[in-house]
Amino acid sequence: MNYTFARRLISVAAVAVLAATPLVAEEWKPEKPVEMVIMAGQGGGADRLARLFQSIIQKENLSNMPVLPVNKGGGSGAEALRYLKDKSGDNHVIMATLNSYYTTPLRTDIGVNIEDFTPIARMALDTFVLWVNADSDIQTLDDYVAAVKASGGAWKMGGTGTGQEDSLVTAMLEKEFGIKVTYVPFSGGGDVARNLVGGHIDSSVNNPSEALGFYQANKLRPIAAFTPTRIAAFPDTPTMGELGHDLVYWMQRSFVAPKDMAPEAVAFYTSMFEKLNASQEWQTYTAEKALLAEFLTGDALQAYFLEERAKHDALLKSMGEGS
Amino acid sequence: MELFGHMMDGFATSLSPFNLMIVILGVTAGLFIGAMPGLGSVNGVAIVLPLTFIVPPSSAIILLAAIYYGAMYGGAISSILLGIPGASTAVATTFDGRPMAQQGKAGLALIAAAVASFVGGTISVILFTLFAAPLADIALAFGPPEEFALVLMAFTTFVGLGGDDVLKTIIMICLGLALSTVGLDLISGQPRLIFFDQPGFYSGISFLVLAIGAYGVGEILYTIETSKSAPSVTPARLTFRELGAGLREMNKLWRTMSFGSFIGFFVGMLPAAGATPAALMAYGLAKVTSKNPDSFGKGNIEGVAAPETANNAASTGSLLPMLTLGIPGSPTTALLLGGMVMWGLVPGPMLFIEQPDFVWGLISSLYTANFAAVIVNLALIPVFVWALRMPFTVLCALVLILCIVGGFAPSQKMHDVWLIAGFGVGGYFLRKADYPMAPLVLALVLGPLMEKSFRQTLIAEQGNVFAFLERPLSASFIAISAVFFLLPLLKYTRSLSCAKAA
Repeated sequence: MNYTFARRLISVAAVAVLAATPLVAEEWKPEKPVEMVIMAGQGGGADRLARLFQSIIQKENLSNMPVLPVNKGGGSGAEALRYLKDKSGDNHVIMATLNSYYTTPLRTDIGVNIEDFTPIARMALDTFVLWVNADSDIQTLDDYVAAVKASGGAWKMGGTGTGQEDSLVTAMLEKEFGIKVTYVPFSGGGDVARNLVGGHIDSSVNNPSEALGFYQANKLRPIAAFTPTRIAAFPDTPTMGELGHDLVYWMQRSFVAPKDMAPEAVAFYTSMFEKLNASQEWQTYTAEKALLAEFLTGDALQAYFLEERAKHDALLKSMGEGS
Repeated sequence: MELFGHMMDGFATSLSPFNLMIVILGVTAGLFIGAMPGLGSVNGVAIVLPLTFIVPPSSAIILLAAIYYGAMYGGAISSILLGIPGASTAVATTFDGRPMAQQGKAGLALIAAAVASFVGGTISVILFTLFAAPLADIALAFGPPEEFALVLMAFTTFVGLGGDDVLKTIIMICLGLALSTVGLDLISGQPRLIFFDQPGFYSGISFLVLAIGAYGVGEILYTIETSKSAPSVTPARLTFRELGAGLREMNKLWRTMSFGSFIGFFVGMLPAAGATPAALMAYGLAKVTSKNPDSFGKGNIEGVAAPETANNAASTGSLLPMLTLGIPGSPTTALLLGGMVMWGLVPGPMLFIEQPDFVWGLISSLYTANFAAVIVNLALIPVFVWALRMPFTVLCALVLILCIVGGFAPSQKMHDVWLIAGFGVGGYFLRKADYPMAPLVLALVLGPLMEKSFRQTLIAEQGNVFAFLERPLSASFIAISAVFFLLPLLKYTRSLSCAKAA
């Protein structure tokens, strides 16, 4: 083998690689099962949704490799965030997020900056509604505020853990109306709804999906929605804005990937979720569960995350919870 | 008679040849999944859930019910044979199941577990069929104060026991309670007792990790020390005659089994509790009410029957809040709930009215699955017992491997494997010093539940401790707890006066 031959061989190889690269880039597909990290424990709202996504992906054959959900709910999602940080450059990990994606790093110093992660897709915005037991006399927001004031601070508002979404919404309520409630934390939204129906607490700010069944059975009554416009599933429930109070709060349901994921892989997952978003099943689910399927990807999603983080920072500081 | 008609329709579906085949397949698969430490009904259901899109929905429900029941039966198998809980719900079965196996009565223990599971499953499904709707209201009546009182009752059944040293029991309960506070505080969201800043402690210490360490690894260490050469397990044989003897033996345990079934069903029905606390409570109550409490923990067949009836009854019970309230009582029912959502069903108060076909189809498949599970289980007992004929040197390595796999699989964290090693060594020393392990496991299972409900009550009632006594349900539980707590004291003073008289 002489020198020129070797050189030719190298150049041929180089051309082959160059030619092959764009081809590979266009058709990147997972080479092994994809890990779907869930920022919450099993059985909660976030977990149920993530598993619904997994089943649709499988059913509609949106990925050639299986997607395996893994719960890492420790420390309000701190465990999952740390895990994703350690997975830099991994093309086979995605994470299902909720609002603790920004509140947890704000509340406790876990050495994670969410700016580093790669945004994939926002699937939905979940809404919040103020609920009371259907047996109570409270029909309107005014009745509600009057009842809370009359209770002298003993009004029991149930919700998820302190510092999580429900407690933020409660803090917003207290501030807006100058009222004081006793906040009783429970381990999940379903538990809160059950305790409200059982009369162990006086009100809640459940997501509609958590209270919908009881609402249909006439056990719970929606008082007002924390949304800019009325929720289609509750056409008769006014928004806080209509009643003259500028209170809006969302729970985002998105997917992110580790820092430095290959752009081809990002493109693959983005298009996978685009197809999922268009699926009949997902559209029916969002309509029934009163979720807003507001799809968002890429830089726009990152900008949204950072904006939400700034908002939550201010909110937590006003509650005396920020770090 | 509407109910009867619905049930008949349900049976017609679940007894078709195709569905019968599915039941037997599902039960067998579930049995092995349950028997494998680290894999439980959650994993079984999770693996099968996507498959249910291929078969028609009615068969899908039957398949899931079969896996669910099979896994509940299977959990007892490794608890008895290897001393490692096969599933979290079978923790209490190790307390007496393992000693029975060591005495060469593994076959009898397995028969007891299978029969007890069948009785528990049957009684609870009948309760479910007849009273599903009114029972949902009872589940709703349980607020934080009632939950606390119930858990307190479970603790007192363990303290109020003859035999074990009461002081040592209390020490172990306190140790368990301390371990149960590790992790993130639900109320304030602050991390507590994060040893050496290890992130693994954020999610707390799982009682399954403790049980595998203390019972599985600790047991192996203890056995290696006590029997250097001889195998510790007497090989057990199983013939039809022994099966008959076993069934006759079980026939004497109706009181324990019906107790266990009712406790299991009611505790399983409460969304916050589930099958593991139910099994532990049934064990405690069986011990307290037994004529012969000293023999518990040393291979008493009642100690196998009580938790096994209760955990099967609880797994049926936990379907109740899932179907009627849309609130899952256990991780497995949470998965089933997800499945139902995918099939376009909305669990909740409207389900029984809008989807009677589904509901009664599910209930009738529970009967079928339960029946198939007991048959398959009894038929396979000789196979399981045969595993014990392995030389101890092989069995010992196998158990250790299963302990590691069983600890790693649920959380997929090496952190838990190290904890198992630590608890194994700790458990070994505590065992040498004659400390009972059951109260430690109990405290770790019930501790978080107890703390949470206690603090929720105090927050809601503005710090009024008497709130627990102001509500009829919780007040009666607390009264019963007081009796259980004072019982050994009474026995003790009586035995003292007897001693004086003599």
